[in-house]
Amino acid sequence: MTDAGWIEAALTAARPRATGALLRYFRDLDTAEEAFQEACLRALRTWPLNGPPRDPTAWLVLVGRNAALDAARRRERQDPLPPDEAISDLEDVEAPLADRLDESHYRDDILRLLFICCHPDLPATQQIALALRIVSGLSVAQIARAFLVSEAAMEQRITRAKARVAKADVPFEAPGAVERAERLAVVAAMIYLVFNEGYSAGNDPARAQLCDEAIRLARLLLRLFPTEPEIMGLAALMLLQHARSPARFDDAGDIVLLEEQDRSLWNGRMIAEALALVDKAVRHQQPGPYQIQAAIAAAHARAKRSQDTDWEQIASLYAALERMQPSPVITLNRAVAVSKVHGPEAALALIEPLSQRLSGYFYYFGVKGALLMQLGRNDAARVAFDRAIALADTPAQATHIRRHLDQLSSRATQQ
Amino acid sequence: MQYAILCYNDEDVVWSWSKEEDAAVMARLSVVQERLVKAGKLGPSLRLLPTTAATTLRKSQGEPLVIDGPFAETKEQLLGFFIVDVASLDEALGIARELAAAKTGSTYEIRPIALYFPDQRKSAAE
Repeated sequence: MTDAGWIEAALTAARPRATGALLRYFRDLDTAEEAFQEACLRALRTWPLNGPPRDPTAWLVLVGRNAALDAARRRERQDPLPPDEAISDLEDVEAPLADRLDESHYRDDILRLLFICCHPDLPATQQIALALRIVSGLSVAQIARAFLVSEAAMEQRITRAKARVAKADVPFEAPGAVERAERLAVVAAMIYLVFNEGYSAGNDPARAQLCDEAIRLARLLLRLFPTEPEIMGLAALMLLQHARSPARFDDAGDIVLLEEQDRSLWNGRMIAEALALVDKAVRHQQPGPYQIQAAIAAAHARAKRSQDTDWEQIASLYAALERMQPSPVITLNRAVAVSKVHGPEAALALIEPLSQRLSGYFYYFGVKGALLMQLGRNDAARVAFDRAIALADTPAQATHIRRHLDQLSSRATQQ
Repeated sequence: MQYAILCYNDEDVVWSWSKEEDAAVMARLSVVQERLVKAGKLGPSLRLLPTTAATTLRKSQGEPLVIDGPFAETKEQLLGFFIVDVASLDEALGIARELAAAKTGSTYEIRPIALYFPDQRKSAAE
């Protein structure tokens, strides 16, 4: 029995490997994509009748390749290839091809496919859109919804991105170790962009789907590169952040801060997977930014209640991250952890030097206001909160700050 | 007679299920599970996280090796199992058929159990 849901999932799962292999064969993204589409159409026709093939991916590659060659020959008025119904079982005709499609080939194929989407000439949003279309197989309509643009605009954006990529010089020989590591890092960054595109959207389900998709891509990379600690870290980081999604917003759509979230709403399955990945990564003793961020998120996930949080560990993890990737935003985050361990005064001292560089940053003034409020410096706190509201990107951010201001006002009346 | 019904599937496919598909499969499975519970035939059962979260310890000469990932690179991975208490292999096969109908695209290995130790965590706490 082969039901429609299963076929759809099988085609989605096979897409990166199959499209990647077809790209290696045809060395042209459009041809590879069309070949895969054609193979999918034939799969939808023949699999319900004949049952699924033993190796769906190899079947799709072979049928897709034949279909594309067939189309090319027809254009050249030559004889067509035999129909794909004749290709019933891998072990007959396809054995030599299946041998060539072993996991190591797929590995570089998929990496190449993802890497092409990360072309440095493409702005981040186009990289993401291209990856979602080509690698994940999301429809243009789905991607358009996620980016809050019209379908026509997204279609145009993807077409333009493809055209630019087509002109790019992509090396098709198997990459060396250094090159492979570089590609992996670029691809990891793109996957995290996909995730953040979904995560920053809050509780919009069309965009939240991007988080699931990014996690699926990270698991795929991890399957291909099972010993890469940074990919473990990336997967864990996204799982831990996504696990909190059900608790991040209240019924009115307002942000619920991490410390105030109902932890029973966190997704335990995602947390379990992530904690295992964090522990696996640590064994490699090659810390990197994704691993450290995942370790920070893991420290929050391990605390049963917010007051159980190991802030000392979090502060030292932020310090490590700061050494690796100096950035005022990371210092700001470290200051929050420091305030929990050493109090608001120490934290304020840390963030004062950032005032220039973060003068347009909502969170800087939110944190500063909260620290001043803890110290009872209410007037200074109000100034910081007013600045934060002016810089808020979303209504939810502004609402959150307004609540602090209300608290300040009620303090003032009590006095 | 106790059997373990070991469920295998391509985890790339399983983890590509949409949320709706996943929920529908779990709902269909729970119907089978409930019937088995009522009949007093179901022991422990569980679903595993993806093999990307797995670590393998392999004993060789000298120190055991710790390897990232699953023990064997196979097209289908062990996804979970059900322990069932049945009169015959036929009955176990019948249950596996029901599971297969609830969740297509899987392989079910029906394996007799040699030794069985129930969950001991409670007795340790006492």
